[in-house]
Amino acid sequence: MRVSRGAKIAGGTVLGLGYAFLFAPILSVIVYSFNESRLVTVWSGFSTKWYGELAHDDRVLNALRLSLGIAAFAASGAVIIGTMAAYALARFGKFRGKALFSGLVAAPLVLPEVTTGLSMLLLFVLMERLIGWPQGRGAITIAIAHVTFAVAYATVIIRSRIASLDPALEEAAADLGARPFAAFVAVVLPLIAPALAAAWLLSFSLSLDDFVITAFVTGPGATTLPLLIFSSVKLGVNPEINALGTLIVGVASMVALTATLLQRKSG
Amino acid sequence: MAPLIRLEGLTKRFGETVAADDVTLDILEGELFGLLGASGSGKTTLLRLLGGFETPTAGRVLIDGVDVTALPPYERPTNMVFQSYALFPHMTVAANIAFGLKQARMPKPEADARVEEVMELVKLTELGKRKPSELSGGQRQRVALARALVLRPKVLLLDEPLSALDKKLREHTQFELMRLQRELGITFVIVTHDQDEAMAMCSRIAVMDMGKVIETGTPRAIYERPQCRFVADFIGGANIIDAEPVGPSRVRLPALGVECAVTDSLPAKGWVALRPERISLSHEAPAGGPWPAGQVEAVAFHGDFQLYRVRMDGGVELRVAASNVPGDPKPGERAFLSWPADAPVALSR
Repeated sequence: MRVSRGAKIAGGTVLGLGYAFLFAPILSVIVYSFNESRLVTVWSGFSTKWYGELAHDDRVLNALRLSLGIAAFAASGAVIIGTMAAYALARFGKFRGKALFSGLVAAPLVLPEVTTGLSMLLLFVLMERLIGWPQGRGAITIAIAHVTFAVAYATVIIRSRIASLDPALEEAAADLGARPFAAFVAVVLPLIAPALAAAWLLSFSLSLDDFVITAFVTGPGATTLPLLIFSSVKLGVNPEINALGTLIVGVASMVALTATLLQRKSG
Repeated sequence: MAPLIRLEGLTKRFGETVAADDVTLDILEGELFGLLGASGSGKTTLLRLLGGFETPTAGRVLIDGVDVTALPPYERPTNMVFQSYALFPHMTVAANIAFGLKQARMPKPEADARVEEVMELVKLTELGKRKPSELSGGQRQRVALARALVLRPKVLLLDEPLSALDKKLREHTQFELMRLQRELGITFVIVTHDQDEAMAMCSRIAVMDMGKVIETGTPRAIYERPQCRFVADFIGGANIIDAEPVGPSRVRLPALGVECAVTDSLPAKGWVALRPERISLSHEAPAGGPWPAGQVEAVAFHGDFQLYRVRMDGGVELRVAASNVPGDPKPGERAFLSWPADAPVALSR
């Protein structure tokens, strides 16, 4: 199709506006994180001093440590449970309740976060009253809640990879003397490893920047990075928060990029 | 001699469909046995029941006198060459072949020697370090074969082993498989939809249709003396003509208006199978008649023969495969059909 010059310019403009709408806010955070001035809206020169301040801010470092720990736990838990769910969905044929199971596993993808958060909070309160665990709310409850929603994403990614494997591979392994678990470890696991890594990274980044659900199930002393940022912004935005935001954007982009590359490789 | 494999009343249902229907079959040690049928005939299901990949709805599988019906694949003395080959893509050729030995926890030096030996057997030495994705179709097939043979199974199961190969390689591989089978003395059970392949390779064939074994026999017996219309039609596409008995080993063919000799006496009304390549075509009425005549409708050139479709005067259409027909009948011309006395095979079912 021949495209006229005018149409090309118009198309480029629309595309530019679209990108600007999506990314201008993030870009402004990044740009102002390098601002020398304490005032967020006034540019007074380039500086990396706010990044230096970050490195000495104990509140930030503690929040970072907590967030990374929870994210690693949530990602690992989601991949383990997600692999089991995905294997059942992809390989166990038509079992009773499969459609229901499939729907329930994926439910957190469409459920409003507020609902998930509220229901998790009610569950934890009830559990504490009935069985005395978990005591109070904090890192443990946040981690459990994050596993819950990350499982949905992990299952979708891993299931599609398992479904694309030739079932004859597992049959061949069994035929050659491998018991089901040995066949899974020797044949299935290496072949779905890229998808497992992608699912882990995606779960990790979802956990790292979750705010709504975390806000519901956190307790005293358990302040994750997003909670910390939100509470500081209430007192007014400062360049240090911009710097923190920029770092998070950087980490999240890298994680997302790696996950995408891994998935493409596993095809 | 007791059969190596015995299937007793083996039935497998998938919901409404019956993939294997009360199959009883004996396969002897050292046979190259063919399961031949169209797609959906149940031949692959039967192979999978042998390998332990399906659990039968009813019936038993005995291998070497042992009831293996309830045993999973990893406890059966069978190994399989899958249609897709199912090579492990993340392992080298050597690791693929060694997989089964590793599962059996064979000491490494011994396993290495076994792998080496079998790679030589299927002519794969040099390729041990390659990944399956770096191999040609024929090489992959040999890896699949080596991977199964290295475990020295009592029975080797092959699911359409030649279907993914091109024509030239297919013929070569047919001979390779026959050579391996002869050298190793292992019983091969091979599933195929290709009757030429089954004819060329197998010592015996079971023809399957709709989950049932219709007929079992040597390729020659099945080809020359089919017992039923299905097999006569399926193998080599014989003409099936209505027949009524008129005497011992003699029938009348009402549709053609002639009488002829047949292999066996028909007890009642039945059919006669007449292979296209046993019929001769001529412009002049041949001696020993009367012979039926008809009009040539179409001629297809097949290189080593021509296939004629002839509309007989009685209305039925017959297929004739012939080469160098005198007078070279063209479509629209009339021709006489004749055949040797031993060509028509009597069929009562």
